[in-house]
Amino acid sequence: MIQIKDLHKSYHMGSNSLHVLKGINFDVKEGELVSIMGSSGSGKSTLLNILGMLDEADIGQYILDGVPIKNLNEKIAAKYRNEFLGFIFQSFNLINYKSALDNVSMPLYYKGVKRKERTEKAMHYLEKVGLAQWSHHLPSELSGGQKQRVAIARALASDPKVLLADEPTGALDTKTSYEVMELIQGINDEGKTILVVTHEDDIAHMTKRIVNLKDGLIIDDSPVEQIRASAHV
Amino acid sequence: MFSRDRWDEILEALNANKFRTFLTAFGVFWGITILVLLLALTNGLKNGVTADFGNFATNSMFMWTQGTSKPYKGLPKGRYFNYKIDDVAAIKSEIPNLKYVSPRNQLGGYNGANNVIRGTKSGAFEIYGDYPEFIKQRPMDILQGRFISYSDIEAKRKICVIGTGVVKGLYDKDETVLGTYIKINGVNFLVVGTFKMSNSQGDGEQDASTIYMPFTTFGQAFNRGENVGWMAITAVDDVSITSVKQQIFDLMKFRHKVDPTDDRAIGHFDLSEQFGRINGLFSILSLVGYFVGALVLMSGIIGISNIMLIVVKERTKEIGVRRALGASPWSIKSQILQESLILTILSGMVGISFAALVIWVMNSILDNVGPVDNFANPSVSMQVVFTALIILIVSGVLAGLIPANSATKMKPVDALRIE
Repeated sequence: MIQIKDLHKSYHMGSNSLHVLKGINFDVKEGELVSIMGSSGSGKSTLLNILGMLDEADIGQYILDGVPIKNLNEKIAAKYRNEFLGFIFQSFNLINYKSALDNVSMPLYYKGVKRKERTEKAMHYLEKVGLAQWSHHLPSELSGGQKQRVAIARALASDPKVLLADEPTGALDTKTSYEVMELIQGINDEGKTILVVTHEDDIAHMTKRIVNLKDGLIIDDSPVEQIRASAHV
Repeated sequence: MFSRDRWDEILEALNANKFRTFLTAFGVFWGITILVLLLALTNGLKNGVTADFGNFATNSMFMWTQGTSKPYKGLPKGRYFNYKIDDVAAIKSEIPNLKYVSPRNQLGGYNGANNVIRGTKSGAFEIYGDYPEFIKQRPMDILQGRFISYSDIEAKRKICVIGTGVVKGLYDKDETVLGTYIKINGVNFLVVGTFKMSNSQGDGEQDASTIYMPFTTFGQAFNRGENVGWMAITAVDDVSITSVKQQIFDLMKFRHKVDPTDDRAIGHFDLSEQFGRINGLFSILSLVGYFVGALVLMSGIIGISNIMLIVVKERTKEIGVRRALGASPWSIKSQILQESLILTILSGMVGISFAALVIWVMNSILDNVGPVDNFANPSVSMQVVFTALIILIVSGVLAGLIPANSATKMKPVDALRIE
C-alpha cells in the first residue's frame, strides 16, 4: 500500500539547515495497523505530513497504492488526499460552526458527492462511531472523545485507502483514549490500513507493528502482539 | 458555482459573526447610497435647469435682425432691415437639412398694456402670428378646438388660439369659449381653440397668457405687411442647427445687401448650443457624482477586503483542515471570493433600495411644497442602477481577490500547525 525509499527532508531556517529525515525506508501492506513512535524531534510528524501529502520530501520515493507521489501541484495533491487519505488529528480539527453531520460529510462535499447521498453516507459513518443521535450537535456540545469519534467518522467518510492519525489520543484521558483505540482497531479489523503516530507506549502496543524513529532514522521496526483495547475498557 | 451547498457554506460563514458582517456591509451600503443619491441630485438639478428651456425643440435657433455695423454696396452702416416672408421660402429651398422654418411676429409682451378686450373684461397678453408647424417646434396640448391651419394662412382668417391664462382672464367659469370673439388691438378674432403648454415648468404663467393667430392674418391686421419679426428654425434630427446656421446667415446677408463680414447685422440665439453647453455641464456633474460616489464606495470595499483578510487569518487552521480533507485551492479561493461578492452585492442592493427610498421621500416632499427653482424630479435611470450593480460586482471580486490569494498561499502543513 505504501512504499517509501530513501526519504530525506530538511528544513531551512535562515542560514541553519535542519536535516529531519535522513533516509527512511519502509513499506506498509494493505490492512496493517502501524504505529510510528519516537521522541519529539525524531521526525515522526514530518514523516506523517509527507505521507499525508501535506508536505513534500526533498529526496526519495513515495508510492501510494501504486501511484508515485511526486511533484504534485496543490490541485492534484488535494484530489489524492481526498481519494486516498483520511486524517485524524490530535486536536480533532472539527469545524466549529458546523454540526457533526456536516463535518463528516465535508470530504464527500469536496469529492463532489450529491447532497442526499452525502448525508446518507455521513449518517452511516456517524452510526458506525456510535454518534447517530448527536448528528445535529455542534462540536462545542460534544465531549473530547465524542469529537475524536466524529473526526474518525469524517476521516472514513470518503472511504480512503489509508488513515493517518497524528497523536489521536494525545488530548484525551486514558479511558477515552482506549475507547478511541478500540474504534480504530475495529476499523482496522475491517481491513483498513492505518498509521498512528504516538509517543505513548500503551497506545503503540494496541497496533500490530511499531516503527521507532530516532533523529530521522528508523532504529527499530518490528511486529508486536496486539493488545485489544476492549480488554481495558 | 453557486450550488446550494456553497450557499450554505457562505451563509454559515457570514452568520458566524453577525455583528462584524453587519459593520462590514455598512461601508458598502453607505458608499452605494451616496453614489446613487449624488447621481439622483445631479439629475434633479439637470431636470430643473433644462425645464427652463421649456419644451422647445432643442435643435433650433431664433434669428432676428439688428442694425448693420458696416457700410456695404453704397448703403450706410446703422441701417435697419426686416426679413420678408419670401426669405422664409428662400431659406427652405436653398438650405438643406432644415425641418421647420417658422416666421413669427409678436404684439404685446412683458409688462405690456392691456391689448385684448372681450365685453367688459380686458387683459394684457402676448400675441403671436405663426405658421401651423410652430406647434411642432413648441409642443402644446390643444384642449379644445384646433390649432392654426394652412387654410387659415391662405385665407388670412381672423381666428385665434388662446392659452388657459387668457381663458381665465376673459371668460367666466364654465362659459363657452369656442366660437366667441375677442378684440385684439381693436380687431375682432374668432376663438377656434384653447391650449396648454406640454410639461411646462417655470414660465407657465407667461405661456398660458399667449394668443396665437395665423401669420398672414397678423401681418394684415396689425400692419406688418410682408415683414417677419424673427424666425424659429429647426434642423433635422441628425444635423445640428449650429452647423448649418452660418449658411442661413450668409443667405440672409446676401438677400438684404449686408456685408458678409458684418456679424452684428443678424442676431440669433442658438438653443442647441446652449442646450449642449448645459448638457455638457451636467455630464461633468454626473461624472463628479460617479467619481465621488465611487471613492466613498471604495472605502467600503477596502473595509470588506480588510475584514476578509482577518477572516482568512482567523480561519487559517480551518482552511488547512479543509485542504487536508481534499479542498482544492480553487474551491477555497472561490469560497472567499463568493463570500466577499455576496456581502458586497447584498449590502449594495440594500444601499440602492435605501437610496431609492430617500429619492422617493424627496420627490413626495417636492410634490407637496410645489416647484423649486432649478430643481425637479431627482431620479436615477435603470441604467445607473445597472452601472452601480456592475461596479458592485467588480468591486466585490476585487475586495475578495487579495484575501482569497492569501488563503491558499500558506502550505496546508503550516496552516494546520497554527493554533
